[in-house]
Amino acid sequence: MKINIKKYYSGFGSKKSLLIFLSPALLAIFSFFFIPVIAAFIISFTDFSIYALADWNYIQFIGFDNYFRLFDDPLFWTSLKNTFYFVIVAGPLSIIASLTAAILLSSKTTLFKSFFRLSFFLPVVTTLVAVAIVWRFIYHPNFGLLNYALGYLGISPIDWLGDPNWAMPAIILMAVWKSFGYNMIIFIAGLHNIPEQLYEAAEVEGANSWHKFRNITLPLLAPTTMFVGIITLIGFFQLFAEPYIMTQGGPLNSTLSIVQYMYQEGFRWWNIGYSAAIAFVLFTIIFVGTIIQLKLKKND
Amino acid sequence: MTNRKSKKILLNLLLILIAVVTLAPFLWMISASFMHDGHASTYPPSFLPDKFTLTQYTKLFTKLDIATNIVNSFILSISVTGISLFLNSMAAYAFTKFRFKGKEKLFTILLSSMIIPSQVTMLPLFLMLKEMGVINTYFAIIIPGLANIFGIFLIRQYAQAIPDSLFEAAKIDGASDFQIYSKIFLPIIKPILVTLALFTFMGTWNDFLWPLITLTDQSMYTLPVAMSNMMSEHSKDPELMMAGSVLTILPIIIVFLIMQKQYIKGLMMGSVKE
Repeated sequence: MKINIKKYYSGFGSKKSLLIFLSPALLAIFSFFFIPVIAAFIISFTDFSIYALADWNYIQFIGFDNYFRLFDDPLFWTSLKNTFYFVIVAGPLSIIASLTAAILLSSKTTLFKSFFRLSFFLPVVTTLVAVAIVWRFIYHPNFGLLNYALGYLGISPIDWLGDPNWAMPAIILMAVWKSFGYNMIIFIAGLHNIPEQLYEAAEVEGANSWHKFRNITLPLLAPTTMFVGIITLIGFFQLFAEPYIMTQGGPLNSTLSIVQYMYQEGFRWWNIGYSAAIAFVLFTIIFVGTIIQLKLKKND
Repeated sequence: MTNRKSKKILLNLLLILIAVVTLAPFLWMISASFMHDGHASTYPPSFLPDKFTLTQYTKLFTKLDIATNIVNSFILSISVTGISLFLNSMAAYAFTKFRFKGKEKLFTILLSSMIIPSQVTMLPLFLMLKEMGVINTYFAIIIPGLANIFGIFLIRQYAQAIPDSLFEAAKIDGASDFQIYSKIFLPIIKPILVTLALFTFMGTWNDFLWPLITLTDQSMYTLPVAMSNMMSEHSKDPELMMAGSVLTILPIIIVFLIMQKQYIKGLMMGSVKE
């Protein structure tokens, strides 16, 4: 009987049906994802510009010139610096906020759990452009809610989005508000998988909350933290809509991100070759960042 | 005992504080959308409209024709969701139940390519669609969304738990692959399809950069692009912009409130891999 089933089973997915089931999705992914990736790589070694847009005969291979040019481009370095500033500050802040919220929500003494979970998660699902507009008004130096609230604490009004020193912190604050609920859910799932007995045993030994957090929660949550770290890193390096809506990269380019610089060069000035090189630098950064995090985990 | 109690109060107060911070922008947005012109730019800020009005919403529909953008957003989100769900589930069926050479290798290549940021593809994709003459049409949004790796991964993750015996029995009864797919596979994976539908719908609805690049006419704009465009002309009209934000967010919030269980479950599933 067993052999019989094997025979039938190997009949699963004849060449024809394999083609029918697999090829539509694969064809779409190859034509509209993989081929563009390869094409972008090739384009980044050309001088593809607005002239070539009309007639592809104008395209010339220029080797690594675009990448060399990037090296000497102060605006590119600014966008790189800004994006790293954003990722390095907003990333950990967002993860700390999500872990805190997850622990609070997993506590047995918490009331109205589902209400809180829902309210913390709401910013995640809402349209980034719409909430960025809302925050732009909240940050208004004269009428904004934030300055009004800070007034009660005796803090004088801050021109959040108009001051080059405050614009990035303002964007970071908004991004943390928007994103922490996502990682919170993943942390809740991770916390759920830690056996309750471990905490009970620790309590018998007289461990306090901090000891329990440090010696049980954090180590057992490490795989979750790594996953959260990687997706946060990948997402945050692609910063675009927040500064595009709230500051247009200003003031004085203090919030110009890599993706916005790529967008401007590629789709506003049609320096397509140059823009493709920027896109590949972004990819390299994300790739290296992910590898580093994976390595860190392995060394643990 | 009192220590326990004060801890409990502190904890709940902290939660309330976080909830106030997360919800305040939404509450103010809703409130300001019902205010008269200029009422949201006063000091001290007004929290509630002194006289409730729908002028902002009327203006959006009559002068700014936001209905067109709402329709665009719905058409695109629904069609991308429908098509990609179909193609992804077919591919996931092949990846779970078919045996073919290089299957695992192919899947690993697909999976690891998820690290490539979509911005990398945008320039060539734009040129490609331009050659096809579909820039500023619905196709410009639908074509790159036809199928996606994450969707295939999520369905496969779920479908791997289905025992082979279910399919074998049908096979022995002489069912064709397509019958097995539609009569057995699809009904079993329905929960994950619902979740994936939610993800795709919301993702397409909220997407900004790609529609901003490919949709060039106001009549083709999706809501986020229309709002961004409106912001440049109406940056001094918070009441109007808040009404527009409410309209942009409302469908997403409604869908989310109805289906939050499936959404959260899927989110947790997508994170538990390897």
